[in-house]
Amino acid sequence: MSPLNQRRWQNFKANRRGYYSLWIFGVLFGLTLCAEMIANDKPIVFSLHGELYFPVFVTYSEAELGGVLETEADYRETFMRDLIERDGWAIWPPIPYAADTIDWQLEPPYPQPPSGEHLLGTNGQSNDVLAVLIYGFRLSVLFGISLTIISSVIGVAVGAIQGYFGGWVDLIGQRFVEIWAGLPILLILIILASMVEPNVFWLLAILSLFSWMALVGVVRAEFLRARNFEFVRAARALGVSDFTIMRRHVLPNAMVAALTYLPFVLNGAITTLTAIDFLGFGLPLEDPTLGRLLQQAKQNLHAPWLGLIAFMALAVMLTLLIFIGEAVRDALDPRRNLEAARVAG
Amino acid sequence: MSQDRPFLDVQDLHVSFGGNTAVRGVSFQVDEGETLALVGESGSGKSVSALSVLQLLPYPMAHHPAGSVLVEGEEMLGADEARLRTLRGASISMIFQEPMTSLNPLHTVAKQISETLIVHKGLTRRAARERALELLRLVRLPDPELKLLSYPHQLSGGQRQRVMIAMALANEPKLLIADEPTTALDVTIQANILELLSSLQKELGMGLLLITHDLGIVRSMADRVCVMTDGEIVEQGPCAQIFDNPQHDYTRKLLSAEPKGRPAQVESDGAEVLATKDFGVQYKIDKGWFGKSQVFEAVRPIDISLRAGQTLGVVGESGSGKTSMGLGLLRLIESQGEQYLRSQPLHGLRQKQIKPHRRNMQMVFQDPFGSLSPRMSIQQIIEEGLLVHESQMAKDERDERVDHALLDVGLDPQMKERYPHEFSGGQRQRIAIARALALRPEFLVLDEPTSALDMSVQAQIVDLLRDLQCRYSLTYLFISHDLKVVRALSHFLVVMKDGRIVEQGEADEVFENPQSEYTRELLSAAFVR
Repeated sequence: MSPLNQRRWQNFKANRRGYYSLWIFGVLFGLTLCAEMIANDKPIVFSLHGELYFPVFVTYSEAELGGVLETEADYRETFMRDLIERDGWAIWPPIPYAADTIDWQLEPPYPQPPSGEHLLGTNGQSNDVLAVLIYGFRLSVLFGISLTIISSVIGVAVGAIQGYFGGWVDLIGQRFVEIWAGLPILLILIILASMVEPNVFWLLAILSLFSWMALVGVVRAEFLRARNFEFVRAARALGVSDFTIMRRHVLPNAMVAALTYLPFVLNGAITTLTAIDFLGFGLPLEDPTLGRLLQQAKQNLHAPWLGLIAFMALAVMLTLLIFIGEAVRDALDPRRNLEAARVAG
Repeated sequence: MSQDRPFLDVQDLHVSFGGNTAVRGVSFQVDEGETLALVGESGSGKSVSALSVLQLLPYPMAHHPAGSVLVEGEEMLGADEARLRTLRGASISMIFQEPMTSLNPLHTVAKQISETLIVHKGLTRRAARERALELLRLVRLPDPELKLLSYPHQLSGGQRQRVMIAMALANEPKLLIADEPTTALDVTIQANILELLSSLQKELGMGLLLITHDLGIVRSMADRVCVMTDGEIVEQGPCAQIFDNPQHDYTRKLLSAEPKGRPAQVESDGAEVLATKDFGVQYKIDKGWFGKSQVFEAVRPIDISLRAGQTLGVVGESGSGKTSMGLGLLRLIESQGEQYLRSQPLHGLRQKQIKPHRRNMQMVFQDPFGSLSPRMSIQQIIEEGLLVHESQMAKDERDERVDHALLDVGLDPQMKERYPHEFSGGQRQRIAIARALALRPEFLVLDEPTSALDMSVQAQIVDLLRDLQCRYSLTYLFISHDLKVVRALSHFLVVMKDGRIVEQGEADEVFENPQSEYTRELLSAAFVR
């Protein structure tokens, strides 16, 4: 790491709240990335007739394992359990339910409140809520990060071009952004949802089309300000090309403003996904999402744990991201770097 | 001091911000009818001392560990806010450095002046307006009736400062505190404002506490002088004594800090580096979508011929077109006419075609804080030009060139991993010069490279520039409003006003025997103050 980045990392750590938030978020995100190892309706590994099987990674049909059906083995069934118990062993994940596992052993009514078997209860489909939460968290964060990256790249590029060149480019660009931002995104989503079967990539593409404007304003303003700076003029006097000036001289200055916006953009992306899932125009039903958990909470007002859990999960996730964002902003602040240098030196 | 008790008596004043002490044990007195100058460089604590008289510091962050400020025998430190308000603007008032920002842009001149009259004297609106008109006449603002209805942006810098003075005088104060009242103004206007201040002081018999870094002003204005450095008054005494017989080392250093010397003699048969014929800069002013665009001539046609090792000084006040000339010569803005760099024509070339020439012509800007990219290390800043023009150069060789450029400007190459904000103004200006030198150009445009710096640093930069010129036989276009600096560096001189070349010739010739009225005015404002 260069001395500057070391100093930035020191500054990041100096913001204790953000530093711990990063740890908590990192652990949560890391855990949910291996959701299949934590909450699944298959054993992580089992041994049968002296051979090892890894059902999380490989799909085995029941016939292969000594049954009759050609379909994928259902390890929660009594038949498979007995089979493995008789001649082998199995290591199950701590939560023996996947997000879409239906617990047939439960008696109606559904949803059921938290119990020893289902730590956070079950939802209307008799899915384990903790499993839904783990898978839903992962999906939300991954979706949010992808959407943030795509929309920031577009937004920064558009803002940079508008701000740096100014004049007609800026004028036309701004009018276009205004019109584009005025389009009713929810309505378009609903129409598109009726035309195509929305999956993650469709949704990502559609939401990217309408979320890149967030950074345009702030990046454009920074470029408009910075393009008249003397150091930009000095770079032009050195013969540096426009693109290099934008990238090397202006963008780093604009990036702090953009970076302080990023956690909000990420939060916005997660919230948007949750909202359209809540309304039922989002991801297909087999994908576990926090939005759908909220929807089920609304349909089952007599089961308050659903709403509370979904709310808590969202609140914790969004708050952690904001705290991390604050620490990132501190880390990139050159004045703080100066202070750190004084203390160190 | 004829009276037993001076009007303002500051004793052993201390000011602290948090843990840092900005002022340590400062004592001075100002009587009615007398002018006391607080002199020092930036950061010496002179403004802070003056602001504590009116208790205008950001309390409670600032505090006074010790000392007393007596105004007519009354203690100001810790006085309650209501009492302070009646004193501020009434018996003591203040004018500030920046006439652009110290007037409210949304109010007319009439309203700004009458406000303080209504608050402090309880005048009616009509009476206040009458008095405001009277005051504008007092500060000799032309067309006072018309100016009364003007907004600040309609006035020039000097007129604004006159309005500020009128506001300060509105309640006939016994003491006027002037904090760098002319620093932001052009030289000829500076002279007018100072003349006005001293004649008003005599007319009204008030005390004047003048805060400045400019020794020329002090010499012509002050009765007594306090020299401040690092939060302390190191020497105090009558003006003549301080100037003729300075006791303290710092005072001597300050007095000897004025840029001195003359440019080195060069043979007049060196290669011609820069030549122009009918060179000018014009701006098009658009008049809406359908209106005809007008042409504004920022620089009227001029012929220049400069040989290696020579300096052309360009002198003029703000708005005279001198910066446009520098930018135009580097083709950073559109220019007209013919121009040649080492006999190679630059006119008619497009930006891409000029690029290979850029390594031979570089620029150093006025503001050492704005001209260095805050997010790049010194190494990155200096090597940037090399990356463009010497893209084949190996990293080792490039590092060596950067080290060499830093050594040339008197900086330690060890510092190159640091960032601009870790350096002082003078050091930053050296870095900016190193950036320009890294490409080993032949022609340098220096746009007011010393005017944002403290006096003693200015002299160092001037010496550095002269030294570099000798060593590498560089050709300078030196733009400045400060005639002392220009004189120390220039072989030739161009005097500009409103885009016109008022006078052009050999520097000594112009200084000794100015031909035009305007040049004479400039010279007298700069040297004979």
